[in-house]
Amino acid sequence: MHTLETFLAQHPFFAGMAPHQLQWLAACASNVRFEAGTYLFHEGDAANHFYAIRQGQVALEIVAPGFEPITIETLEQGDILGWSWLVPPYTKQFDARAVDHVVALAFDAACFRAKCEQDPALGYELLKRFARLIGQRLQATRLQLLDVYGTRP
Amino acid sequence: MRKGGPMDPSPSTPSPLVTIERRDIPALFQALTARGYQVVGPTVRDGAIVYDRLAGPDDLPAGWTEVQDAAQYRLARRRDQALFGYAVGPRSWKSLLLPPESCLWRGRRTTAGFEPIKELTPPPRCALLGVRPCDLKALEILDTVFLNGPFADHGYAQRRERLFIVAVHCTQPGGTCFCASMGTGPHAAGGYDLAWTEVVGPSRHYFVAEIGTARGAAVLREVPSAPATAVEREAAACRVTDAAAKMGRTVETANLPALLDRRLEHPRWDDVAARCLACGNCTSVCPTCFCAAVTDVTDLTGGRAERRRTWDSCFTLGFSYIHGGSVRVSAKARYRQWLLHKFDTWQAQFGTFGCVGCGRCITWCPAGIDVTEELRALRAAPPTPPEMTQEAPHAHP
Amino acid sequence: MARALKGPSARRAAVSLRDPMAPRLFRVRRLRWETADVATFDLEPSGRPHPCGFAPGQFNMLYVFGVGEVPISISGDPGAPMQFVHTVHQVSVVTSALCRLSRGTTLGVRGPFGVGWPMAEAQGQDLVLVAGGIGLAPLRSVLCELVRHRERYGRIALLYGTRSPEDLLYRQELERWRGRVDLEVHVTVDRAAPEWRGHVGVVTTLVRRVAMDPAKTLAMVCGPEVMMRFALQELQKHGLPPGRIFLSMERNMHCGIGLCGHCQYGPIFVCRDGPVVRADRLAAWFGKREV
Repeated sequence: MHTLETFLAQHPFFAGMAPHQLQWLAACASNVRFEAGTYLFHEGDAANHFYAIRQGQVALEIVAPGFEPITIETLEQGDILGWSWLVPPYTKQFDARAVDHVVALAFDAACFRAKCEQDPALGYELLKRFARLIGQRLQATRLQLLDVYGTRP
Repeated sequence: MRKGGPMDPSPSTPSPLVTIERRDIPALFQALTARGYQVVGPTVRDGAIVYDRLAGPDDLPAGWTEVQDAAQYRLARRRDQALFGYAVGPRSWKSLLLPPESCLWRGRRTTAGFEPIKELTPPPRCALLGVRPCDLKALEILDTVFLNGPFADHGYAQRRERLFIVAVHCTQPGGTCFCASMGTGPHAAGGYDLAWTEVVGPSRHYFVAEIGTARGAAVLREVPSAPATAVEREAAACRVTDAAAKMGRTVETANLPALLDRRLEHPRWDDVAARCLACGNCTSVCPTCFCAAVTDVTDLTGGRAERRRTWDSCFTLGFSYIHGGSVRVSAKARYRQWLLHKFDTWQAQFGTFGCVGCGRCITWCPAGIDVTEELRALRAAPPTPPEMTQEAPHAHP
Repeated sequence: MARALKGPSARRAAVSLRDPMAPRLFRVRRLRWETADVATFDLEPSGRPHPCGFAPGQFNMLYVFGVGEVPISISGDPGAPMQFVHTVHQVSVVTSALCRLSRGTTLGVRGPFGVGWPMAEAQGQDLVLVAGGIGLAPLRSVLCELVRHRERYGRIALLYGTRSPEDLLYRQELERWRGRVDLEVHVTVDRAAPEWRGHVGVVTTLVRRVAMDPAKTLAMVCGPEVMMRFALQELQKHGLPPGRIFLSMERNMHCGIGLCGHCQYGPIFVCRDGPVVRADRLAAWFGKREV
């Protein structure tokens, strides 16, 4: 657990959190691995975990009937994957596929939600960080929506 | 001191003033036509004083003046027979240097591809009679644009060399004139071959003239003249000084570019946009507006092609067209572009204002929009909060 | 009174004395399609071969006889100066006509015009090149120059974003650059099919992947204006001041030589004072609507 705590303390996403909060985070975390081509989760799955990617690349995909799956974003080492655990109905919005061999820290989301209810200070720290993450993703998605490289009809 | 240009610099010592009688003006015409110049000057046509070819002194608007105000222009009779007793009409001299339509290049298709067709018709030699100081400054500004930039305009240079300029210091400013505020008049500082002030008294009608170049001196030698007396010099000088105090409009120019840089999103632009028709009259009559479209055309067979330049205006929607749409879609943005160009960005681009204070844009705007009024309003109002706190604009290199 | 010609004038190649509005005759030596609607041309002089000197970031006006003229950035290697290389996106009447030309066809060329990238100031610096879509074309010249004289520059990173894998330009070269240990190359697309194994996401998301020392880094950004706006923000978030960021601006051009007024952007004529401009010079104007 000590090495996990150190890892979290140095991770930019968790920077500034109090040591006891990091301890608690580390206690809820476990190392996971995914072989290339396997899915971390599918759209509609219960959001039981969120991940800090330590190695490899994860592709977020959308599948619509009649269309090939489209990759709409890729995440890599250092990125945080998953925010739907914070928001009801706590289900995943996309498919997440391991593009190559992925090593990640998985955090138990159900456990977190319960703890944040009891400890609002912890909840607020996490919410601040996830709000910024969601904001960045939203901004990037809007830019993708503009289709700036496309030509006007 | 203006660099380059075809005019010799004015002699550092002022040339002696001479007096020319009204009755000897035909001799000037003769001297000019004998040298192969077409005389172009003011004449009355279609209810206005315009610049056109003059057959002789009788074509000049003797005894006429103009009454000008925002969206108003009419001719009126003078009590005397002054030849230059008005300000400026809707035309300017730029059409002689930048024709409304001209051909830049011609080519013809060949089996190997295409080749240029060289046709050389030298432009005519023109003597401009009665160039106002504001318009003289406008020519100097156009010289900076077309002769002193990284690329010179060959056609402009050719036409400019072939101009002979007789300037007239103003004694009768118009209702929309503000050359004094812009530092361009009513006295012409230089850049002419000859310049004069008209003096019309109860018993005499004469011109107090000064020589600007050797070329001007040579022409003047063929016109009867006498050294100007102290009384004559004084009469001429005070008429010009009086004119400076009788301007129809004024503008405060101190720090104008920096001030306008901080008002790019000011609500005043919405105010003027509600009135502006984006008709482009202002750009048409303005003596410094030089924007032109370059278009490539071909004949029906596709065998010959021409590259043409035609006057254009930043007020047209298509002016800023790129990638399937225009950048300046609203009339507000287009008015802002024009006003800022004249009083702000022209300084960064060419080192002077783009406006010479001739007042034509005020007179000929159908909505009566007055640039001096707009500038006054922009200066009086504070910048909007976001623009107040933005970093000071980078000093223009 | 004279306008001071300091830094930018040093980035112009030699000015021609001939009539700048008359096209010079060139012919197409080679044409290859990069994508379904983007082609790269090698142009050589029609008459006797002569050097086609240019500074990276400059552009030519390309003329198709009887159809019209269009400004296109030069994409070639400054070290291979006997030809002009241009990458053209087929979006208009003239660019479509250009893309229909075949080997040996004659076309007109005026240029090179404009102020290019700050190659002299870049020496000794770390460089971040951010390219969006066809914006990679004017940066290709920079990369060729950087690679030719690699020892003159510090760390070099290329961040390239485009719409989809099908829209990638200069694929072979991209692979060669990626293969070099002395270049950092990150490529991303806005959307992709699952076979794509690279990044997916807007190009601004690549900025955080480059370790940057703001005190000795210069950034060169080229792409659609909205992409440049967001890239500028992202670079500044990582500590880079606007005085160290260079943009390649684009506006409607007719004459290409600063005499027709169309390409004005605030205080500059894009064809004469740009297209490459240092970001702090446009501070009051960049991002303002309808400027």
